[in-house]
Amino acid sequence: MSMNNHLSDKQIQHLYWRVGFGISAIDLKKVRTLSKNQITDRLFTESKSSSTLSIFDKVLEKRPANLSPQERKQLSQLRRKKMNELNVLWFQQLIDTRQTLREKMTLFFHDHFAVRIKMPRANVHLNNIIRKHALGNFGDMLLEVSKSPAMLTFLNNRQNRKNHPNENFAREIMELFTLGRDNIYTETDIKEAARAFTGWNFDKNGTFIFRIKQHDYGSKTVLGKTGNFKGEDIIKILLEEKQTAKYITQKLYTYLVNPIINQNHVEQLSKIFYDSNYNLKTLIRSIIKSDWFYNDENIGAKIKSPIELLIGLSRSFEIKYNDPKTVLYLQKKLNQMLFFPPNVAGWPGGKTWIDNSTLMLRLKLPSILLNGGVIPLIDQKKTENMMAKEQLYKKIKSKVEKKVKTTSNWNIFLSTLGSIDETELTKFILQPELSSTAKRVMAAIDITDTKSFVIGLLSLPEYQLC
Amino acid sequence: MKRRDFLKQSVFASGMTLVPSFLKGMEFLSAHQLSGYKNVIIIQLSGGNDGLNSIIPISNDIYHSLRPSIAKKKTETIKITNDLAFNDNLKEIKELYDKGEVSIINNVGYPNPNRSHFRSTDIWQSACDTNQYLHTGWIGRYLDANCQHSYQAIEVDNSLSLAMKGKSINGMAISDPDRLYRTTQEPLFKNLISTTQKEMLDDDNQGYLYKTMLETYSSVSHIHSTSKIYRTTAEYPQNPFAKSLKTISNFVISGLKTRVYYTSLGGFDSHANQLSSQDRLLKIYSKSVGALVSDLKKNNRFKDTLILTFSEFGRRVKQNGSKGTDHGAANNVIVIGGSLKKAGVYNELPNLFDLDKNGDIKYSIDFRSIYATILGNWLEVDDQSILNKKFEKLRFV
Repeated sequence: MSMNNHLSDKQIQHLYWRVGFGISAIDLKKVRTLSKNQITDRLFTESKSSSTLSIFDKVLEKRPANLSPQERKQLSQLRRKKMNELNVLWFQQLIDTRQTLREKMTLFFHDHFAVRIKMPRANVHLNNIIRKHALGNFGDMLLEVSKSPAMLTFLNNRQNRKNHPNENFAREIMELFTLGRDNIYTETDIKEAARAFTGWNFDKNGTFIFRIKQHDYGSKTVLGKTGNFKGEDIIKILLEEKQTAKYITQKLYTYLVNPIINQNHVEQLSKIFYDSNYNLKTLIRSIIKSDWFYNDENIGAKIKSPIELLIGLSRSFEIKYNDPKTVLYLQKKLNQMLFFPPNVAGWPGGKTWIDNSTLMLRLKLPSILLNGGVIPLIDQKKTENMMAKEQLYKKIKSKVEKKVKTTSNWNIFLSTLGSIDETELTKFILQPELSSTAKRVMAAIDITDTKSFVIGLLSLPEYQLC
Repeated sequence: MKRRDFLKQSVFASGMTLVPSFLKGMEFLSAHQLSGYKNVIIIQLSGGNDGLNSIIPISNDIYHSLRPSIAKKKTETIKITNDLAFNDNLKEIKELYDKGEVSIINNVGYPNPNRSHFRSTDIWQSACDTNQYLHTGWIGRYLDANCQHSYQAIEVDNSLSLAMKGKSINGMAISDPDRLYRTTQEPLFKNLISTTQKEMLDDDNQGYLYKTMLETYSSVSHIHSTSKIYRTTAEYPQNPFAKSLKTISNFVISGLKTRVYYTSLGGFDSHANQLSSQDRLLKIYSKSVGALVSDLKKNNRFKDTLILTFSEFGRRVKQNGSKGTDHGAANNVIVIGGSLKKAGVYNELPNLFDLDKNGDIKYSIDFRSIYATILGNWLEVDDQSILNKKFEKLRFV
């Protein structure tokens, strides 16, 4: 039982940054009066339903085998175009959604079940499977993901046939999806499991089929169990291992709580997760209802992923992207393109988001999206060169605005803040404590101009954390 | 005033005061130290370059019969031996070859080759086995083990490749040193940097952000002031790849204490009508590298430079249905340098009689042997700990 049922503003913001993309001043006002339990319930209620993505294009159903080289080229261009559309579609849904917890968990499993193929239909399908189960049962998700055309294609299970095994999927399901690298399983387990997955395929409509003739009906031994296993049996065996619950819990802990793992918490949670038969809702509830989730050491401890950074900013300021190319460009430059993870292992995340070029761009990003690239400072030499400065700002702005076509809603942001002073504003915008340096630097910004002050806060390294 | 003296003075006079004193700035080498300071330039031909149409087994019947519409005719090549010829777009490379400054290593690859661009690129860049996933690259691990500063490995690109990522230290990614410098001149960021204190640079994420920022500043201001002083006047072709090589040349000649430079040329994924597209790219490659080498020679830096060119995989021997080639396996690698120990054709030509079950060239040299050679023999560091395994060294340096 939780002893502390009331959350401070900072703790509520912490919760909303981790299970979503931050919280608006209006929502904070609403939620502030609720207890921790009520807020938790509210989060799950908001995410009860699920908004599937859809891109429909009849042309994409054509089978490439019947195509001339010219047609094949056109199809490949169309697929690339549709992949970009799909990317922008989800990006926009992440900005607009009220089902934040569900979308945030979809993002987590989008990374966990990382697939990189230029097949728009298969990608939408997989994304919707993940969304459907994001707050449901992990075992159900695993099974359905494993049988999806996207996964069957990406990890070559279509080429996995009796006497001609392809071990790619069998290896990754153990190494990346369930047990984790070098845990429990051996090379022999992989080879044996691969035999069980033979015959798993899909037809031209994308429906899963079991090709009897390609399946190896012989006996297999996997993780000490022997039988004439099929793919479903292997998945069951993997879920029976407590290590699977531990591996998923650990990964989710670094996503929601802290990149540095507290073994006690993870032990506790993975037992709860295992005993609930892999109920994700139970696991998430246990995390966000715990006392330790709200400890200072967890607040502001995480580096925002590029998507968290972009979506967080876009939601706070209702940023509209007038050119979809901007959306793709920013993700690319920041090294996280939705639907294009670097490889089957997903985005390594954490500190790897940061290199010297991405960091400088990330620091500059808020001013680019919200203020034409200008970070206004008080001029130390007073007003003598005000005119020159104004002109310089104007020049920078028009240059940036030509490239990055966005509009933002400052009015809604500023008006919902109410009358709060700079200390409260700082606490509202930044999750970690300000460094002594940042404090000093902020002192040089004109606090009577709220907009300048906000841009200043957003441009600090502290805003990169949540 | 001598260039180097001027450099030293201007460094201390310029942006350097920005960086807090506890952070030691970039060191410059004296002309004396600079001589013999070895560096490597790594070029990835992205997309999978068709090595067979670059360095061509011209008298091989299988080559001609499997590629009826895309095999190169003798008249379209420049002869190396009776059996081997350069694609005639590699004119500048051939000129270097004749001077004993090129080593061609055939059949380079790895066991159980992966034919995905991304995966195979990861394998080459992280120097791992085909079933292994590493989040660090071989240059990054070189930095971890042997260097203190990011700028000791620079990638001329927008973002940092896996190859350059270490566990505790990353290389730098710079596409346009002037632009990156301008971002660092943002007054708010400058204020942050100048008042950062050592105590803030904890191991936590907040400390890491400030540390990365400081590293960026300490490197960028030096790189900026250095490359402001040395601007090559040599002629380079007008294309982005040549521009990257020119940037690298500026860095090398300026005396940056950088050991490894990394860049890439993309567009080699020639599934259809490959002749025109590949020839165009090879021409860009050859002319640009030719310009780089003559620039380095003019400044007496070529003898300390090694240029490695690779691609994530070669292509299938048999052409496909659309006058192109599909993803293959082993490929040739080109090493260019002013101090090669073994120039020419390093090893046996690809055996087109004995292809793997996909119809691809089998490897006989593991690409990590080339890395081991560069690390051990050229940069003189412990290659085994960086590559996590012992690989047999070659004799090209």
